Amino acid sequence: MSEFQIKKSSAVYDVVIVGSGAGGGMAGYVLANAGQKVLMLEAGAYFDPRIDAQQLKWPWESPRRGASTTRPFGDFDASYGGWKLDGEPYTQKSGTEFAWFRSRMLGGRTNHWGRISLRMGPLDFKCKDGLTDDWPITYDELKPFYDKVDRLIGVYGTVEGIENEPDGIFLPPPKPRLNELFIKKAGLKTGVKVIPGRGSVLTEALPGNKDRAPCFYCGQCGRSCKVYGDFSSSSCLVIPAVKTGNLTVITNAMVREVLTDKNGLATGVSYINKKDGMEYQVNAKTVILGASACESARILLNSKSVAHPGGLANGSGIVGKYLHDSTGASLGGFLPQLMDRKRYNEDGVGSVHIYSPWWLDNKKLDFPRGYHIEYWGGMGMPAYGFGGGTAKLNGMVPGRDGKMKEAGGYGASLKDDYRRFYGTSVGMAGRGTAIARETNYCEIDPKVVDKYGIPVLRFNYKWADEEIKQAKHMQETFQSMMHAMGAIITSDIPGADTNYGLEAPGKIIHEVGTIRMGDDPKKSALNKWCQAHECKNLFVVDAAPFVQQGDKNATWTILALSMRTAEYILEQKKKQNI
Amino acid sequence: MNRRESLKVLGLTTISTAVLLEACKPGDDKKIAETAEAAGSEAGREEWEVERDKKLKAEKFFSAHEMATIGLLADIIIPKDDKSGSATDAKVPEFIEFIVKDMPEHQTPMRGGLRWLDLQCLNRYEKPFKDTSYAQKIEMIDQIAYPKKAKPGMEQGVAFFNLMRNLTASGFFTSEIGVKDIGYVGNVPNKWEGVPADVLKQYGMEGV
Repeated sequence: MSEFQIKKSSAVYDVVIVGSGAGGGMAGYVLANAGQKVLMLEAGAYFDPRIDAQQLKWPWESPRRGASTTRPFGDFDASYGGWKLDGEPYTQKSGTEFAWFRSRMLGGRTNHWGRISLRMGPLDFKCKDGLTDDWPITYDELKPFYDKVDRLIGVYGTVEGIENEPDGIFLPPPKPRLNELFIKKAGLKTGVKVIPGRGSVLTEALPGNKDRAPCFYCGQCGRSCKVYGDFSSSSCLVIPAVKTGNLTVITNAMVREVLTDKNGLATGVSYINKKDGMEYQVNAKTVILGASACESARILLNSKSVAHPGGLANGSGIVGKYLHDSTGASLGGFLPQLMDRKRYNEDGVGSVHIYSPWWLDNKKLDFPRGYHIEYWGGMGMPAYGFGGGTAKLNGMVPGRDGKMKEAGGYGASLKDDYRRFYGTSVGMAGRGTAIARETNYCEIDPKVVDKYGIPVLRFNYKWADEEIKQAKHMQETFQSMMHAMGAIITSDIPGADTNYGLEAPGKIIHEVGTIRMGDDPKKSALNKWCQAHECKNLFVVDAAPFVQQGDKNATWTILALSMRTAEYILEQKKKQNI
Repeated sequence: MNRRESLKVLGLTTISTAVLLEACKPGDDKKIAETAEAAGSEAGREEWEVERDKKLKAEKFFSAHEMATIGLLADIIIPKDDKSGSATDAKVPEFIEFIVKDMPEHQTPMRGGLRWLDLQCLNRYEKPFKDTSYAQKIEMIDQIAYPKKAKPGMEQGVAFFNLMRNLTASGFFTSEIGVKDIGYVGNVPNKWEGVPADVLKQYGMEGV
C-alpha cells in the first residue's frame, strides 16, 4: 500500500449498527422501517439464502460428502466461519478452554442455527434462589415484544401453560417422527415431560408476508432456506430492511472501535474494509453494537479514549465479565425394534419436532436451575461418516437368521447390515443454565493482535460444581429415557473424569452476558434499555446485555430485546434526548 | 411467495423437478432450469473453499498400486449384490483418494496400513495383497475384519481395516447408487404429515 490513510466520510447517519445477526438485523429492520437513515457494517461477506443456500444438494455434490473439514457443521452448513478463523485468533488464560464460534456473513449465525425459539420465563428474569443477579426487567415487560417477534417472524409450537416456559403465538408444530413417538412414550414412563417443539419455521404461510414461502419439509434449516421458510436475519430482517431504501449495508467491514468526542459521546465507528485493506471512519448520531456478545465486548474494550480510559461504557470494569454459555451434554444409541424399518420421507423440519422443557423441582436436587432436552434420530440424508457404527452394532443384536454374529465383517452380509440399521439411531442432548460468574470473562490480550492489528480477546472460563452436577443429572436422565424406550446405548457413558460429558464452554454457541444490563452503573454497563450508562447514544442489541440466561437458547430473547431497544431509541429521538 | 415462485427459487434438481412439475403449468420447467444455472454451483461457497477444493483435486496421493489395492478392498467390503452395484461401481476409490487429501490425518494410517497388508501377504503368500488369489485375500481379511476375535499381532491390521471399512461405507452410501440402495427418499419438497398409518400400526403407536 503506497499511501496509508484513514478515509473519513462526511455523511452523518442517524444510526450505525455493527453486525447483521439477530440483534443487529432486528434493530436495522425496526429503525429503517421507521424512516431512520441506517448504516449497517458486517464483518463478513454478503449472503442471501435464496442464492447462497446449499439446500437440496445431494451428498455426492460435495467432494467430501458433507464432511466437516472446512465447515464445523458440514460442507452444506450455512456458516462462513467456525471455531477458528484464519488471521483472527483468540487466546486462553489459566488453562481455560473456551471455544468461540464466529460466522462472518450477512445474518451471522442465524443462517445456520437450529431455529429452536424459546422464550425465557418469569423465573429466568427474576430467579428465586438468590444465586444470581436479577435482570432489570421482568418477563411481563418483555412479553409484548416476544409477541411481536412471534407475529413478525413466525414460530410453531403448542400452548402448554407451563409457568417458566411461556407460550407464544404459535403456528402448528410438525408431527413427531417415528423415533420421536418412542421418546414420547418413554417420557410417560420416566416422568420426563415431552412436548411439541418450538421453532421459527413457517409450517403455514405467515399472515401478511409475501416475501416468504411456507416450509416444504426438507429438514435442512442448517443450510439456510431459499424460500425464506425459516428465520435468518439475512432473509427476514436485513434484506427486507434494505428494500425500505433507508438501510445501507457494507459487508467485509471489520469494526475496530467506537469513536467518541471529548464529552464521551459516540460519534461513529472506525473499520477496516477487508477488500481494499483501507481504514474508514463513519459518523452517526447513535451507535448500536450487535456484533455478538464477545465481539461487542471486544469493540468496547478496544474503544479507549480520554473520556473512557478503561474502554467505552466500562467505568464499572464489568465489560467482558459474566460471560456464560449454556451447558451441554449428550448420549446416543439405537432402537433395535426399528431395524429393517419401512422407508419413507421423514425429513420434516430442520428444527426440533419435540423437546423436553425443564420439568423438575430443584428443591429435591443437588444443583440449581435446569436444562431442556433436544432429541434426534431417524432416516436422515447419508453423509460422510455414514455407517461408522455398523461394524460394532452388528455384534450387538441377532442377525436375520436369529443368531448372534461377530461384530465387524465385510461383504454381502455387512452390506445388508448397513441397510438393516439405517434409521434406527436415536439420541438426546441437554442444554442447561450455566451460572453467570464474574470470574468467567473475556478481556483484551495485552500482547496479541489479529491480522487487522486489532487487539484480540483472551478467555478465562471454568465450569463449577453447579454445571457439573447438572451434566451428571442429564446423563442419568438420558440413560433412563434410553432404557425406557428399549434403546441400546452406543455412546460411552461419560463419568466424573470427563465432567459427565459436559462440553467445553462456548461449544453450545449460546455465549451471553459480557455487557450486562442493570440498574446500578457500578455493577452493569447498560441500563434496562440496553443503553450504556456512561454513553447515552450507545446501545447493545446482541446477547451481551443478558444478565443471566435460562436454559433456553438466546435468539428469541435477542430479537425481543433488540426490538424493544430500537423502539426506545425512536422514542428518545422523538423527545430529542439522544 | 406462492408455490410456483418458490419452485423457481429452488432451482430444482432433476429428480425433484420431475416430482413437482406436475403442480406447475407447462413451460415453467425452462425457467426453473435457468434459475438453477444462474445461481451457479459455487454460490454460497467462500473463495478459499473453492480454491482449496481445486488444489486438492489437482494433487495425487495414492500410487497406482495403492489405488488398485484400495479398489479390491472396497469391493470385498461392499460387493455388488442383487440390489445395487459395488463400491468401485460407486467410485469409492476416487472418493478415498480425495478424502485423504482433504483430511491428511488419514494419509499415514492408509498408506502405512496398505503397506502392512502387503508385507503380511508377502510373508504368507510371497505376493503383495493385490496379486494374491481370491481365497488368499479372504483368508487374510478374515484375520483383521473382526476386531474382537483378531489374534495378537493383528491389531494394526484391524485398525487399518476399520478405517478402510468406514471410508468405503462413507463413499458408497453417499453416492447416487448408495443413497438409492439405502432407501433415503427425502431431499425433495413435500408436506410432512407425520408417520404413515401402516407404520404407526406396525409399532403400536396409533395413540401416542
